Amino acid sequence: MKKESKIPQRLIQLGVLLAILLVWWWGTLPGRINPLLLPPPAPVFKNFWLLLTTASIWPDLWVTVHEWIVAFLLASTTGCTLGYVISRSGYAVRVFDPLLAGLYSIPAILLFPLYLLFFGLGSGSKIAIGTTIAFFPIVLNTIAGLAYVDKAYIRAAQSMGANDFQLFWSVMMPAAFPVVLTGLRLGCIIAFLAILGGETISSLAGLGHRIVSLAENMESAQMFGNILFAILMAFIINGTVSYVEARGRRGMQ
Amino acid sequence: MNRTSTVIKVEGVSQAFGAEGDPRRVVALESATLDIPRGELLSLIGPSGCGKSTLLNIIGGLATPTTGRVTIDGVEVKGPSPQKVAYVFQENTLFPWRTVIDNVKLGMAFQGVSKSEREGRARESLEAVGMQDFANHFPGQLSGGMKQRVQLARALGLQTEIVLMDEPFAALDEQTRMVLGEDLSVLLARTGKTIIFVTHSLVEAVFLADRVAVLTARPGKIKKIINVEEPHPRKSNFMTSAKLGAMRNELYELLHDEIRKTMTLRAEVGGDK
Repeated sequence: MKKESKIPQRLIQLGVLLAILLVWWWGTLPGRINPLLLPPPAPVFKNFWLLLTTASIWPDLWVTVHEWIVAFLLASTTGCTLGYVISRSGYAVRVFDPLLAGLYSIPAILLFPLYLLFFGLGSGSKIAIGTTIAFFPIVLNTIAGLAYVDKAYIRAAQSMGANDFQLFWSVMMPAAFPVVLTGLRLGCIIAFLAILGGETISSLAGLGHRIVSLAENMESAQMFGNILFAILMAFIINGTVSYVEARGRRGMQ
Repeated sequence: MNRTSTVIKVEGVSQAFGAEGDPRRVVALESATLDIPRGELLSLIGPSGCGKSTLLNIIGGLATPTTGRVTIDGVEVKGPSPQKVAYVFQENTLFPWRTVIDNVKLGMAFQGVSKSEREGRARESLEAVGMQDFANHFPGQLSGGMKQRVQLARALGLQTEIVLMDEPFAALDEQTRMVLGEDLSVLLARTGKTIIFVTHSLVEAVFLADRVAVLTARPGKIKKIINVEEPHPRKSNFMTSAKLGAMRNELYELLHDEIRKTMTLRAEVGGDK
């Protein structure tokens, strides 16, 4: 098979981004869109640059990152543990797999007002919503990975005398690993999005909080600078996690 | 045949799936009795669904018979006996996340071979099947025939007296099977292991085996056992000999009616739905 060159793909992707920028610039020329609603690119990028080069955003950034890390750790430990426990019995899988999948389809963000009452306006409610949302893909993928390991592998291992620990460690785990890893990647990314969303709804600090308060003060150029910053973060997170996932897969092959 | 040299004894083994009285109950195997002497290669052949693989799994301890029992060296089989029995499966059961040599070594680890011994034994058994140059490949990089060679190497590495082979070449093309069959004959003649080999191929059954056990359509019973008097290792000229041809024809006669019966049975089952 001939290997396709990546250059045309990249050029098209870059072209689309440039086109958006161009429309933005054209739409914000004097006399067009009100700069309070959409400021021109130049001041937005200037503010974005300031965020990158000064430490002004660090306190808020730390709040968001801290919430995100705690939420992800909570979701992955509970999700993987529960997924493992359920996958041990075929009966439990038949009962809980559809149940969890059903719950996953409920928009969890609706729980956020409740979490605000429970855990307050601070980090607690953000961690709770991030954990809730990240938990489902992690637990569902752990079940899918462990419960549906090819029976032929298990039979072969047992015929060679594998004990329960060897069966789990050397057969089930590596066989399920790619599927579990996909769940962790999804959980990691949507936890960040949920926390950012939660912060914009109601919060005391964080990246989302900054964006909302700038909007309320009509500091549009600064607000868009912060949005660009959040986009950059989501981009970096996605790239890093996908890279780690690909490395993990290759390591297990 | 010397009675004292019997290693595997199958005594009135039946296997049924589903509860008694259930209209869907299937009797796969009915009172199979067999004595397998040490060092023999026995082929099991019969129509689809006649319980060949079931019988093999019962001997290997991966299934429990409804009635009857199997003994190996006089000890009743109650579960997998990895110290005595190794398996080669029809489907690819090599672990795709481990290299060829690590697959062979993992089998030994499961069996309880000490760590220091594994490397040497794994290299030896890979060499025996001609796969020593692929030790560090992953299974995904190998052809179907090569994967089966590695599965065979993994079984040999366990150094068991008995090897059970469940249609190991069924998924391979004719030419690959031919070569693998010849290599297997040479290899097995050298090791002197006791082997039960389940196959669909009449020619393969005769070419490899000391005895061929023909099973009937479901419920599977042992219809006839045919002796193949031909020294090991079998040469390629045995493949084209009149003797093999005659035996193949005899098997064909024995199986023909049984296969027809299976087909009718299937049509009836299909009509019920």
